[in-house]
Amino acid sequence: MKELDCFGLSCPIPVVNTKKAIKDNPEGLDVLVDNVAAKENVSRFGKAMGYNVEVTEMDGGWRISLRK
Amino acid sequence: MSKEKRNLIIAGVLIGAVSVLLVAFGNPKNMGFCIACFIRDIAGATKMHSAAVVQYVRPEIIGLVLGSWIISLATGEFKARGGSSPMLRLVIGAFVMIGALMFLGCPFRMILRLAGGDLNALVALCGFIGGIAVGCFFLAKGFSLGRYHEQASLEGHAFPAINVLLLVLLLAVPSVFAFSEKGPGSMHAAVIISLAAGLVVGILAQRTRLCMVGGIRDIILVKDYTLIFGFIFIFVAALVGNLITGNFKLGFEGQPVAHTAHLWNFLGMFVVGLGSAMLGGCPLRQLILAGEGNSDSALSVVGMFIGAAIAHNFKLVGNATDNGPNTYGKVAVIAIIVILLAVAAAKTFKKEK
Repeated sequence: MKELDCFGLSCPIPVVNTKKAIKDNPEGLDVLVDNVAAKENVSRFGKAMGYNVEVTEMDGGWRISLRK
Repeated sequence: MSKEKRNLIIAGVLIGAVSVLLVAFGNPKNMGFCIACFIRDIAGATKMHSAAVVQYVRPEIIGLVLGSWIISLATGEFKARGGSSPMLRLVIGAFVMIGALMFLGCPFRMILRLAGGDLNALVALCGFIGGIAVGCFFLAKGFSLGRYHEQASLEGHAFPAINVLLLVLLLAVPSVFAFSEKGPGSMHAAVIISLAAGLVVGILAQRTRLCMVGGIRDIILVKDYTLIFGFIFIFVAALVGNLITGNFKLGFEGQPVAHTAHLWNFLGMFVVGLGSAMLGGCPLRQLILAGEGNSDSALSVVGMFIGAAIAHNFKLVGNATDNGPNTYGKVAVIAIIVILLAVAAAKTFKKEK
């Protein structure tokens, strides 16, 4: 599964990058973020796009898994 | 309805109500909160500029930063981070301030002015949305000021600590500051009330990620209607509050701390919309992020502080008594728009190695 590294990126850039990345990976992807606002925004965006969203903690941030 | 939307509605209503109460307790009309005006007043109080009518150490600003600092420390969200184009952020912060002072208000005060019936704020809102839309164009094409990096925690505490110092000086030796004897700077609620209001709003804004720019930006970029709820409910609560307290007056003319130069209200807030979209949030959001340990946002606030001094020292501000800006201000706003577009283009189309 594709990983999108959004560590160190402030909103709205993680969401913009996720939006671009799911065009090429419509089956889903993992987005890595390290701030809470990005975690919430990417999760919300994933749900709005009809994905199942699972957030797991990782070293220094979160892995947001978007799956069909 | 999602939990996030519900929380934004609650926060919006509370913040709108607090804003109206601050006016009832002595703040200038339609200025329960104004991040731009209040940072400008602090710049005046610390003698960075000498506009005698706008000098006061606004405890609301201190409260906002400390509220965000305290709650982010309590929830573990505080994280010292920085290094994402700090100098550019400082410059853009100064530009945002000059744009806001052209209109005489930040996005927060724009909502409060709308809620007070000031139709000049409606013209400004159009400019603000236009600026955000242009910012979104660049964001969608890949605009970024670059990644931040984790910093030693002291880096994140520095800005909140400056605010603590400012508060201690205000309480212990106020004579070191300049205070307006007349004009908007002389109108304020009691220190304890202003500070408490700032703390409450700071905590609410930190928890809900409230942002005046984010609401409109998220709609344009990803059709996400969550953050706009905060914006709308601040307006609704302040409107109801103003109607109850008799501070609602519909029209363009004779509005408190305002002018009717439509083009410059529009362009001033266009600058604020575009600049804030580039910074990733409105002036309020920058204060909140600075409280969470984001030194990039802290520098954008320092930029606003410098921008306020520049705006008054070089007479770039929209003038409420002369009804609008002078030539210097007009040239400055046009030049700023050109520079912002150039920076946005450079950070969008030139790929970093």
